[in-house]
Amino acid sequence: MTRSNGKKNINLTLKVWRQVGSDVKGRLETYQANNISTDMSFLEMLDVVNEELIINHRDPIAFDHDCREGICGMCGAVVNGRAHGPEKGTTLCQLHMRHFSDRDTVIIEPWRSRAFKIIKDLVVDRSALDAIIQAGGYISVSAGGTPDANVIPVPQEAAEKAMDAAACIGCGACIAACPNASAMLFVGAKVSHLALLPQGAPEAARRVLKMVQKMDDCGFGNCTNERECEAVCPKEISITNIARLNREYIKAGFL
Amino acid sequence: MNWLLDIIESSIGKKLLMALTGLGFCVFLFGHLAGNLTIYGGKDAFNSYAEHLHSLGPILTVAEIGLLIFAMVHILSGIFLFWGNLKARPQRYVMKKSAGGRTIGSRTMPYTGFLVLLFVIFHLMNFHFVDKTNTTIFQIVQNAFSDPIYVGIYIAAMLVVGIHVSHGFWSAFQTLGANHPKYMPLIKGLSICFSLIVGMGFGFLPIYFLFML
Repeated sequence: MTRSNGKKNINLTLKVWRQVGSDVKGRLETYQANNISTDMSFLEMLDVVNEELIINHRDPIAFDHDCREGICGMCGAVVNGRAHGPEKGTTLCQLHMRHFSDRDTVIIEPWRSRAFKIIKDLVVDRSALDAIIQAGGYISVSAGGTPDANVIPVPQEAAEKAMDAAACIGCGACIAACPNASAMLFVGAKVSHLALLPQGAPEAARRVLKMVQKMDDCGFGNCTNERECEAVCPKEISITNIARLNREYIKAGFL
Repeated sequence: MNWLLDIIESSIGKKLLMALTGLGFCVFLFGHLAGNLTIYGGKDAFNSYAEHLHSLGPILTVAEIGLLIFAMVHILSGIFLFWGNLKARPQRYVMKKSAGGRTIGSRTMPYTGFLVLLFVIFHLMNFHFVDKTNTTIFQIVQNAFSDPIYVGIYIAAMLVVGIHVSHGFWSAFQTLGANHPKYMPLIKGLSICFSLIVGMGFGFLPIYFLFML
């Protein structure tokens, strides 16, 4: 659905979080984004604003981005109170300006969590997510010659569920949207895509215990089943993965 | 026992404690409501229910101590979780909107929980820690509910309990790992039914006393 009512170009007022460094106080600053094509992506709109800032010898807005096709997980900001903006199952780079109306005011803030330090403006340090994956360690696979296809039988349903979980691009929107800044959907996805497959089964118990411990150590909050994470996830990963994480944790801890 | 402490200290461990004790309270609410329904059987039915309950003697004392321990665990882990969640986002958003996941119940869990605690203390002072010589429990309850202020407090409290349970019930299953597309809709439906049964079942009793008796 589009909100621009067929208008080709729109004008917006942006209120963008500007912060020079992690230890400095930041604040919202107002910019005008004029003559924005509704075919542009949100990041292209920011590019246009930045070009004008540079021409006027002002500091451009820092934001993370890479592939700009919704698969790398680098981009992300809270737009008008929603992680990755108002559209479902969409990364910020795939959010198009046709979803905004002429003369809208758009508030743009970085992911906010104790575990994500702001580096500059909208750029946050998400290395805590890497640390959680690293804490999971390796998986046992036989590293001989190329194995024949289907040597290890995997039921189709399990393979599909594992792929659904593996769709996580680690953007951090789940943490940004969670009222408690909890990383349970991220960890749930990372634990699930391995727990569903026979590969890595020998390390399953150690993996889940270590990853949860790392998650807690990094300063993420506790899940209270608010379901905001699955609502904003650009890959629409379900909280059934959080339930699986809980099951794996109970299994590893008690059995 | 180090492994057990490690689990309890983890975020999932504290939530497991929350879920297990919470489900325990759901069972208690169910039993409590079933007992209270004898009020509709009249004065004698209710008094004889209370008498039978108290004739259990030591079993009742054990159950009461169990409930007290459950309450301590539920409250303490709740406080730790709430505190941890406040710390996890030191800088709040200027603008934050729900993307459609939150409900009234989930939004207000810590606050409704605190109100329920206040109510439980008030409730025990009304009906448990009272002088029961030369009177019956029916009379005590009838006396309390002849005051519209008491009736109002009790109805409001039952609304709060209903809201708390509407999120708590399904949430406990999710925390215990029981979430599957096959049966989650059923659990969520049960959660709403249970919160309505608790809210209306208990909430109608004071009205019954005020207007019908």
